[in-house]
Amino acid sequence: MTLNDLSQIKETELFARKKIVLRCCMAAGCMSSNSQGVKEQLEKAVIDAGLQNEIEVRGVGCMKLCCEGPLVQADPQESLFIKVTPESAPSIIASLNGGKPDVNQSDPHAAFFAKQLSIVLANSGVVDPERIESYITADGYRALHEVLTENTPKETIEIMVNSGLRGRGGAGFPTGLKWGTVAKSPGTKKYVICNADEGDPGAFMDRSVLESDPHSVLEGMAIAAYAVGADQGFIYVRAEYPLAISRLQIAIKQAKIMGLLGSGIFETPFHFNVDLRIGAGAFVCGEETALMMSVEGKRGTPRPRPPFPAESGLFDCPTLLNNVETFANVPAIYRNGAEWFAGIGTERSKGTKVFALAGKIKNTGLIEVPMGTPLRTIVEEMGGGAPDGGKIKAVQTGGPSGGCIPAQHLDTPVDYESLGKLGSIMGSGGMIVMDDSTRMVDVARFFMEFCMDESCGKCIPCRTGTVQMHNLLDKILKRKATARDLAKLEDLCDMVRNTSLCGLGQTAPNPTMSTLRFFRNEYEELLQPDTLGTDRNAS
Amino acid sequence: MTAISNIEEKPVVKPVASGHASGDKRFKILEVHMKKHQFKHDALIEVLHKAQELFGYLEDDLLLFISSKLKLPPSRVYGVATFYHFFTLKPKGEHTCVVCMGTACYVKGADKLIEAVQDKLKIKAGETTADNKVSLLTARCIGACGIAPAVVYDGAVTPRQTPESTLEQINKWGQA
Repeated sequence: MTLNDLSQIKETELFARKKIVLRCCMAAGCMSSNSQGVKEQLEKAVIDAGLQNEIEVRGVGCMKLCCEGPLVQADPQESLFIKVTPESAPSIIASLNGGKPDVNQSDPHAAFFAKQLSIVLANSGVVDPERIESYITADGYRALHEVLTENTPKETIEIMVNSGLRGRGGAGFPTGLKWGTVAKSPGTKKYVICNADEGDPGAFMDRSVLESDPHSVLEGMAIAAYAVGADQGFIYVRAEYPLAISRLQIAIKQAKIMGLLGSGIFETPFHFNVDLRIGAGAFVCGEETALMMSVEGKRGTPRPRPPFPAESGLFDCPTLLNNVETFANVPAIYRNGAEWFAGIGTERSKGTKVFALAGKIKNTGLIEVPMGTPLRTIVEEMGGGAPDGGKIKAVQTGGPSGGCIPAQHLDTPVDYESLGKLGSIMGSGGMIVMDDSTRMVDVARFFMEFCMDESCGKCIPCRTGTVQMHNLLDKILKRKATARDLAKLEDLCDMVRNTSLCGLGQTAPNPTMSTLRFFRNEYEELLQPDTLGTDRNAS
Repeated sequence: MTAISNIEEKPVVKPVASGHASGDKRFKILEVHMKKHQFKHDALIEVLHKAQELFGYLEDDLLLFISSKLKLPPSRVYGVATFYHFFTLKPKGEHTCVVCMGTACYVKGADKLIEAVQDKLKIKAGETTADNKVSLLTARCIGACGIAPAVVYDGAVTPRQTPESTLEQINKWGQA
């Protein structure tokens, strides 16, 4: 494979492109509403109408507006068909020549789409995730070529540092710094791991990226491997995402056949292989040390750091561990330059962030916005507010490790620091909107139950602390608790947060603490009169 | 499990010998899979996935087979199999109904779906009906938050469920 070959593939693809392209969403959300059937019927309708030389029906990744699926978009007409049924296929084909389709349409220039800035999702809904040629046509693997032939590993890391990209898994550690540490660590064998164990309930960004544009993750991993000096990569992906797994398998196979993975990539001495590791349903495996234990085939329990994975990680070798979205950002950064990327976002949070917008909101789906976009823009303009005339009460970010941001703080810009100040975290990007029918204590208990079940049991504060906190929350909800119980709960929150071994335990109290901070009245309403003073003998 | 048909074979299985004393072909398929991973210890989770795919669940005999083939202590194999939610040591029912309990599904009423099924089938989440027909399971989050609440009926993700639509599906299974 050479640059020439890449260009040739692109030319061939563009030459074969038909006048009209019907893009059919083939991501898990729309597939569950039978988009496979829609695609088959559209293909049949094209043949029936004798238009196979003019219309291409292409299966693509996520087209973002998941709640209206299955989605089909026609180019260049820009008609976006929503809730398409297989039966309406012939009328859609007929409408391309001026007829009226038998299906609803949505405005592809509505705020939901217009306010987005796509870097990670640029190919999502455009390229066919099961064909590497489609990715190459979108200038895929060019960044890898440029890095391998023109940059030294050191220069590659410098570009990453200058871009200001921070880890998209939640904590926001500067990616360039991490790459530099792994590169500097002594050792001949190093690993690159992609964390695709998207365990946060309510988050589906990584699933969508893997299903829609798997090659961008592979390319990002290859560039990272070159920068840090690794020759083996692993993608640790959840077993709950069968479609993402199969698309990754296809992508890895195609890249190997084309010589874009394996040995002597682009006729340079660089070689890099990627293997999949399938998770088995343990939330704690999203924690980096636990994830590496799981890749080694062991129980996924975390261990204390240091040593950090960058120094001693998988099989005790220096290991670079980044999230799916982080890797998906990489090719674009090298294609367009660090300055371009650093020009997007806020001073300390660069680039864009993908969010999975869900819950009590009109438009659910995937959005990608520049860092610093106010929450209000996301929830009210893009999301369309609460459905059925409800009122938005809070926005939950960061899943079981995050917090609830109340409606009065909706003008907060979305970046790592601002969300942290409100007691929440950026997290991996799950954004659950809650309306006034949601009881916050119930939400706190829901997340505590989650953490209680998912605690690996290694350290005591997390193992027993989460159980006790859950019991207290349950007691409050059953209207059996007093102010003393609430005080005990707060004490426990503080203790578990400060003494747990890993991120799971340290952040488990977050949803409770943030709801206590902003919705304390909801807790207090449920309390029974404190009998401490009058009825001391009873206890 | 299959009856011991070829009883004349030596009951002691040498570590190099292929297959299982029972003669069940699935053990051989599993062994080929382990060979593909060069019997490496770090492939244990991959091997357990394959074993569950072949047998439906992981019984003791199967775990012991894996432990002897990979030359790992049984405690390690059992420890890993019980650590991860995905692995089940009990057989599942003929049909499975997996209710997603992710946050998005929860705020949209997934708990009501569970309640409806529990009341109808008189089982709790994680259990199987006495006639072995239906297993009711919950999932942490299947990532289908855009179409919440979602339920997976026998592997097919179904969007926007209500207690009524869930019970309808369960009833269909009951009649079949």
